[in-house]
Amino acid sequence: MNDAMQTPTEETRKDDPVIRISGMHKWYGDFHVLKDINLEVQRGERIIICGPSGSGKSTLIRCINRLEEHQRGKIIVDGIELTNDLKNIEKIRMEVGMVFQHFNLFPHLSILENLSIGPIWVRKTPRKEAEETAMYYLEKVHIAEQAKKFPGQLSGGQQQRVAIARSLCMKPNVMLFDEPTSALDPEMVKEVLDVMISLAEEGMTMLVVSHEMGFARSVAHRVMFMDYGQIVEENNPEDFFNNPEHDRTKLFLSQILH
Amino acid sequence: MEDVRLPNTPVDDIRPPRTSIGAIGWLRANLFNSWFNSLLTLVIAYALYQCIPPLVRWAFIDSLWTSTGPECQAADGACWSIIPANFRFIMFGFYPYEEQWRPAIAIVLLVGLLIFSQYRRNWKKYLFYTWIGGLVIMGVLMRGGILGLTPVETSQWGGLPLTLLLSVFGLTAAYPLGIVLALGRQSRLPAIRSLCVVYIELIRGVPLISLLFMSSVVFPLFLPEGVSLNAILRAQVAIILFTAAYIAEVVRGGLQGMSKGQYEAAEAIGLNYVQTMRLIILPQALKIVIPPSVSILISAFKDTSLVVIIALYDLLKTTQSILGDPRWMGFSAEAYLFVAMIYFICCFYMSNFSRKLERELDTGL
Repeated sequence: MNDAMQTPTEETRKDDPVIRISGMHKWYGDFHVLKDINLEVQRGERIIICGPSGSGKSTLIRCINRLEEHQRGKIIVDGIELTNDLKNIEKIRMEVGMVFQHFNLFPHLSILENLSIGPIWVRKTPRKEAEETAMYYLEKVHIAEQAKKFPGQLSGGQQQRVAIARSLCMKPNVMLFDEPTSALDPEMVKEVLDVMISLAEEGMTMLVVSHEMGFARSVAHRVMFMDYGQIVEENNPEDFFNNPEHDRTKLFLSQILH
Repeated sequence: MEDVRLPNTPVDDIRPPRTSIGAIGWLRANLFNSWFNSLLTLVIAYALYQCIPPLVRWAFIDSLWTSTGPECQAADGACWSIIPANFRFIMFGFYPYEEQWRPAIAIVLLVGLLIFSQYRRNWKKYLFYTWIGGLVIMGVLMRGGILGLTPVETSQWGGLPLTLLLSVFGLTAAYPLGIVLALGRQSRLPAIRSLCVVYIELIRGVPLISLLFMSSVVFPLFLPEGVSLNAILRAQVAIILFTAAYIAEVVRGGLQGMSKGQYEAAEAIGLNYVQTMRLIILPQALKIVIPPSVSILISAFKDTSLVVIIALYDLLKTTQSILGDPRWMGFSAEAYLFVAMIYFICCFYMSNFSRKLERELDTGL
């Protein structure tokens, strides 16, 4: 490898945090959405981010793949710093998968095309290979028989599973989930969470914005609570749910856990 | 509670009441379903009775199809003879008479290519090369000068080939240009954005006629001495520039109809701007705007007839000029009906094609 000069060897890279955010601020106009965010995510770590609406949790994970631009501080993903350099942004987006609240599948493409379009155009994978990969991940999310259909013909839960498979086809190192079950009918939440749990079991690095506290308890290494653009509290799920430190966290938990 | 129907008692299918099916049912439902509608039906039936028979008599029974002009003047009915007698001038204008097989073949070739291109299964790379080849052959046929074909100046081109040339090239060039303008108008770069806005608003604020005038009168003033641009080419450019501005606004409407989520999903899987637009956004946005774009294409097709004002002999102008012939004076209705039919066939074909395309591209969302 000629790029061994710039990038550390595999061994040291494994121990490095895959995402390192330091002193990051973001404003929407005058509104200070994110305030002094410091966060390190280790490889294989699973973090659940919760908090009231408008607290900046979605914005935070959207900064990680540059769907939103941060104005101050540093975001380093997989050793690459996010700047205005388009090349870096493209590289990072290849490494970071994202699942949206409203699925955002491409309605004019079949399920199979939805999955293979990224690998074909971004990773320059031959079509046949990309489609094989696509089928592999469709099997994984238990939806292979729908490959020829269009997104509009699928239920919400199926669409979200396709969206997860679409991200996985890019072979990302990190997966971001932005409220993946919030737009689903209650009976479909479980099928999506099941897919996410099996992904977690395989050791995927995951940042999940979610209020599914059962899911948080069972898979998260860390749970973070955000409010007014700050990370107010973070802890392992056990302590986070049983002994929250801050009053705001307690209040929030009491509201969502009833 | 005694009147409960047992759920398992089968009821045989019986025929619907006679008055609700068949011809009587249809008449009752559609023509006589209230006293007001019945009245309307009767009034319209009377009006049709008054109009249709004389029209049929004029157009078919008393009409002449293969006579000379003076015979027509003596007859009562329509003089369709004006069409066959002047057919070749209507179709080809001043194109040399013995050479008119050349534009005829060019038209057949063009129509064949258009029909071939309407099937999506033919939308492959070779279609592009087929078009290039077809256009070269058509150009050679029209212009001549090589392969032993007599050269024919473009000033002699006219009739249907000219109309088709102006519209087919006008529309195919205007559409991509319109898309580029629409994307430019949404650009983040202020210079590009304002350039596109100024262009679109300027062109839309001016009638096509004045653009055509400018192209033929004002534009040559800016050319260096001795350089002249072909009149057809100048008209063609004016039509393209004009139509593109309208297409741009329609396409922009489609782009604005796209949800932000589509852009984000495309970006999130790493597609760059060009890929995002080409693979994700434009296919959807253009599909949404098929109906309004086809309206623009249809009206642009008909607007090509405005080139008469810069002395080009398109289909409408050649027809108009045969009416100046004393032998055929006074039969403008017949001649214009014939031209209207040609225009109608083309426009109807376009709108049918657009509906077919919409159906084929429908993916349920």
